[in-house]
Amino acid sequence: MPVQTVAPRIEVRASPPPPASPGKAKVAVRDLDFFYGRVQALHNISLEIPERIVMAFIGPSGCGKSTFLRTLNRMNDVIPGTRVGGKVLIDDHDIYEPGTDVVELRRRVGMVFQKSNPFPKSIFDNVAYGLRINRVTNSKSELADRVEQALQDAALWSEVKDRLKTSALSLSGGQQQRLCIARALAIRPEVLLMDEPASALDPIATSKIEELIFDLKERYTIVIVTHNMQQAARVSDTTAFFLLGKLIEVNSTEKMFTAPNEKLTEDYITGRFG
Amino acid sequence: MTNYGHADQMRRATSAVMTTLTALCTVLAVTALAVILFYIAWQGIGSLSLQFLIDRPRPVGEGGGIGNAIVGSLVLLLISSAFGLPLGICVGVYLSEIGRGRFGGTVRFIVDTLTGIPSIVTGVFVYAILVLPMKHFSAFAGGVALALIMIPIVARTTEEMLKLVPHSLREGALALGAPQWRVILGVVIPAAAPGIATGAMLAIARVSGETAPLLFTAFGSRFFPTSLNEPIASLTVQIYNYAISPYDEWHAQAWAATLVLMTLVLGINIIVRFLTRRKF
Repeated sequence: MPVQTVAPRIEVRASPPPPASPGKAKVAVRDLDFFYGRVQALHNISLEIPERIVMAFIGPSGCGKSTFLRTLNRMNDVIPGTRVGGKVLIDDHDIYEPGTDVVELRRRVGMVFQKSNPFPKSIFDNVAYGLRINRVTNSKSELADRVEQALQDAALWSEVKDRLKTSALSLSGGQQQRLCIARALAIRPEVLLMDEPASALDPIATSKIEELIFDLKERYTIVIVTHNMQQAARVSDTTAFFLLGKLIEVNSTEKMFTAPNEKLTEDYITGRFG
Repeated sequence: MTNYGHADQMRRATSAVMTTLTALCTVLAVTALAVILFYIAWQGIGSLSLQFLIDRPRPVGEGGGIGNAIVGSLVLLLISSAFGLPLGICVGVYLSEIGRGRFGGTVRFIVDTLTGIPSIVTGVFVYAILVLPMKHFSAFAGGVALALIMIPIVARTTEEMLKLVPHSLREGALALGAPQWRVILGVVIPAAAPGIATGAMLAIARVSGETAPLLFTAFGSRFFPTSLNEPIASLTVQIYNYAISPYDEWHAQAWAATLVLMTLVLGINIIVRFLTRRKF
């Protein structure tokens, strides 16, 4: 595998945010605070995610990395009593501005969850779901084409092409997760958020998902939350380290795992805590 | 060989006693049910004939049947299902998906209270709000009374079934850009459909055996129905009338009508289960 050396724009929390540079960052987070009721889960997070890279979020359980991921497509909106401060800019547009179309946002920012969650429908209908609700096409043949394309992108087509009408729940765990990835890819999002997509899978299924992430990077901006530091090192270009709701360090993955700037990062990566 | 200690023997003995006890309880309950079913079949089968199923009641000694009561019961179930099922399911969806605050809690409490109201009270209530203003008994009033009994049952079972649908399914659909109403209609309700159908079944089975709320509303009739705006016969009221009559012939007909009513409930049960069987 060729080593992708990407030099993303990196911004450490402590430094003042630089002026917005349009066209560079796909996602730009500025001074983000997040509350579950009165509990503050995220503290003053600023971060930029460049286009077409894989960024990994690492950190111990409960450090806020999943919460942060879910602020990027406003999935936390469905949890009662949550509150957001600061800005999340996607293509220089603040998604928390009043009047933002959340449905449109989630179409552009897709999500894959930790636990695979196929709908109790056929394999085909699962992938077609997003296309149908977003009225992507009225033509049946185009719908079938897009479903096939999405399944191929998710490296699942050859395994399911003869049984598209059977229940998605008959697939194995790893296949179900790839189905969920296909479902997210079908509506061609610009950003793909993955919340520990391989944590419930065996090593073979995990390596398939990781290869997939590597392939998808050419077309999508991918953010992946992972508990597994080897996984972060394998798949990502950039890594962000979270601790107790704070963003400690963002750096190129190579630098992060060899010579991190922060002492806390080094302690975590070398297994001194967490 | 393994050497079992005293404690181990005690554990095995307790387990055996408990298993036997639960088995005995099950046998007892099932026997009671089986005896009821067989006794009704035994008593009822003698008076059963095609003529009995399609004829209307005749004076004592002239035979007659329960055709009008079968039609009447089906009409009443249709009216009550048309009102009760959609309303009940909507309330259940509201309680599970939308109303989680104080108002939702209040609604849930009211629904629970409604479930416990004696059915004759529902009959008197409908008598007061529908029969008195309309100045006559009607199939419509009977259907509404049965619907009022159905709503809380359907609402609570629907709510419980929807709550069993994993939250991750809702999030999955939301993350694909589905608005909440589409998530509920397209993902949550289909996933819970068999359970909701079971709840609907229970409600239909329950009201098809109701007599009290019909006494003041549908009233009963000895003729085939011609309009929803007039009194209508029902199996339960007919059984009641025949059972308290002094004639042996009518007693026998009451038994046969009971058998028909049971078969009807069973038939509806099978049809609904077939229609809502899990496809995936």
